Amino acid sequence: MAEEMTLEDVKRHVRVYITVFIALAVLTVVTVGVSYLHMPFTPALLVALAIATVKAALVALYFMHLISEKQVILWVLLSAAVFLVGMFALFIGAHADQEDIATLAKLILSSHVA
Amino acid sequence: MQIPYEVQARPDTGVNNAKLGIWLFLASEVMLFGGLFAAYVFLRIGADAWPGMMMYGTEVMAERADEILNVPLATLNTMILIASSVTMVMAWASLKMDRFDRYKLYMGLTILLALGFLVVKGFEYGEKFDHHWYASTNNFLGVYFVLTGLHAIHVTGGILVNAYFWGPGTKLWKRGTARDKAHFTNRIEVAGLYWHFVDLVWIFLFPTIYLI
Repeated sequence: MAEEMTLEDVKRHVRVYITVFIALAVLTVVTVGVSYLHMPFTPALLVALAIATVKAALVALYFMHLISEKQVILWVLLSAAVFLVGMFALFIGAHADQEDIATLAKLILSSHVA
Repeated sequence: MQIPYEVQARPDTGVNNAKLGIWLFLASEVMLFGGLFAAYVFLRIGADAWPGMMMYGTEVMAERADEILNVPLATLNTMILIASSVTMVMAWASLKMDRFDRYKLYMGLTILLALGFLVVKGFEYGEKFDHHWYASTNNFLGVYFVLTGLHAIHVTGGILVNAYFWGPGTKLWKRGTARDKAHFTNRIEVAGLYWHFVDLVWIFLFPTIYLI
């Protein structure tokens, strides 16, 4: 966020904050409304995550001023994002491995029985 | 001892040390909550049913989280937290406009809203305890209590910091020099970054735990 701001700049920011607040409230209502449709798990998850991502982006960009933040902060966040994605990949990869091994074991056993 | 670059930007990073410091802390927080989210994903994709068997007097199979959790209360808490994020950023904007009275109002509202969040959370937990549902009951409740509990601890931390800056911490602003005012405004921006992060975590917690 720029250190030097005029009074007009701040007043403009305040108008943006109010708009973002309304958008966040509306998106919260949409999230809850969609959940009452009782969609199957995968589309429900995708819709919930998509709306949450938009809401999080609004908070980060406008309330946390990332939209006008210096590059060094973006690098810090990018490094956190890389490690986060890596960690999720390890967890989900480990689960996929278990299933693969279980499927393989079933195949071997069934071929022995046959 | 004078801490360097507490307000003015460092020439090499382009930001002041306080801001770089809070963002590094928030990056570590991403990993803390991220690790627990990853554990949640791992437990959920490995579960035969989610939430699974629950005791309502007799054992009942729950197929959706909203059969167990109170969605209207959680929605109210989401609105409360979003509103507190706005009042927090308005507190900072008020200082930028040199309106200390408005700052006190908005920061006071932020603290009240945060306390409101914890009260609602208390009612929510109370409902679970009435059913003798605890973190140790099953994986679903374990994930629910650990993630929302850790988040509530962060809310409590935010309340303490914000209460300090609403009360005794304002001495810095009241000294009245431009440098002290800039320093205080900077502190509020940094406290605000933490507070918005707490809001951001809830934005993901709410739909993933309560709604799907």
